[in-house]
Amino acid sequence: MIGLTHYLVLSAVLFCIGLYGALTRRNAVIILMCIELMLNAVNITLVAFSSYIVPQLLTGQVFAIFVMVVAAAEVAVGLAIILAIFRHYKDIDIDNINLLKW
Amino acid sequence: MGQAAAFWIMAVVIVGAALAVVFLRNVFRAALLLILCFIGVAGIYITLSADFLAAVQILVYVGAISVLIILAVMMTRGGMQTGNPSNKLRIPAVIVGAALLGILIYAVTTSTWSISMQEPLTDTTAPLATQLFSENGYILPVLIGATLLLAAILGAIVITRENPGNKENKK
Repeated sequence: MIGLTHYLVLSAVLFCIGLYGALTRRNAVIILMCIELMLNAVNITLVAFSSYIVPQLLTGQVFAIFVMVVAAAEVAVGLAIILAIFRHYKDIDIDNINLLKW
Repeated sequence: MGQAAAFWIMAVVIVGAALAVVFLRNVFRAALLLILCFIGVAGIYITLSADFLAAVQILVYVGAISVLIILAVMMTRGGMQTGNPSNKLRIPAVIVGAALLGILIYAVTTSTWSISMQEPLTDTTAPLATQLFSENGYILPVLIGATLLLAAILGAIVITRENPGNKENKK
């Protein structure tokens, strides 16, 4: 029988994979993909809580929709910034783009 | 029984695709496997009887965001000749990730959840619309979200536009 714990553990595994990727990769596009993975993990948690704790209210699903809206805005602006950086430096290696590094 | 089988298949697909996104050397294949991961998450929503959210996941993530990411992968080709290397933070990142995973699994498995005995709604589209757009619902956040999307679209256009000053300098 699949319970709430299964979904939460799956979401935790997905979140930690995304976190590892976002911390270690050097390609900026891959880092953005890993952030999308983490946002999806959060969405799974919200929908699982909504379906198991308050099945008639759908509160978690409403929050998941807002997370999707913010994720769409974030990926559009993030990819625009990556394209602008690529046009300027001809490089998307995060280790070489250290203009703002103190 | 069917729900359990669907959950395990989707879980294996999601975790495998996510690991491939992180560890594949080819960035384009990583983007394709990210789409597979999004489809698996949509399947997880269906096992949670969130049908509208599964459709939105397919439309927004599989349809729109993946196209944006693949476009970015193709337009930045040649930016990284060596594929998908990792930086010097690999060992600290493994420690942080494993520690966070352990803490999360410990917290999830040891706490007691107040599981409701009610059946979840099977047709969620109309109740979601009532929640989002009704008078005492989430109408203000919906409007703020629309404004945020408009600002993001304008920002993306402004950021990616060719700088006219540079063009004149080149001439």
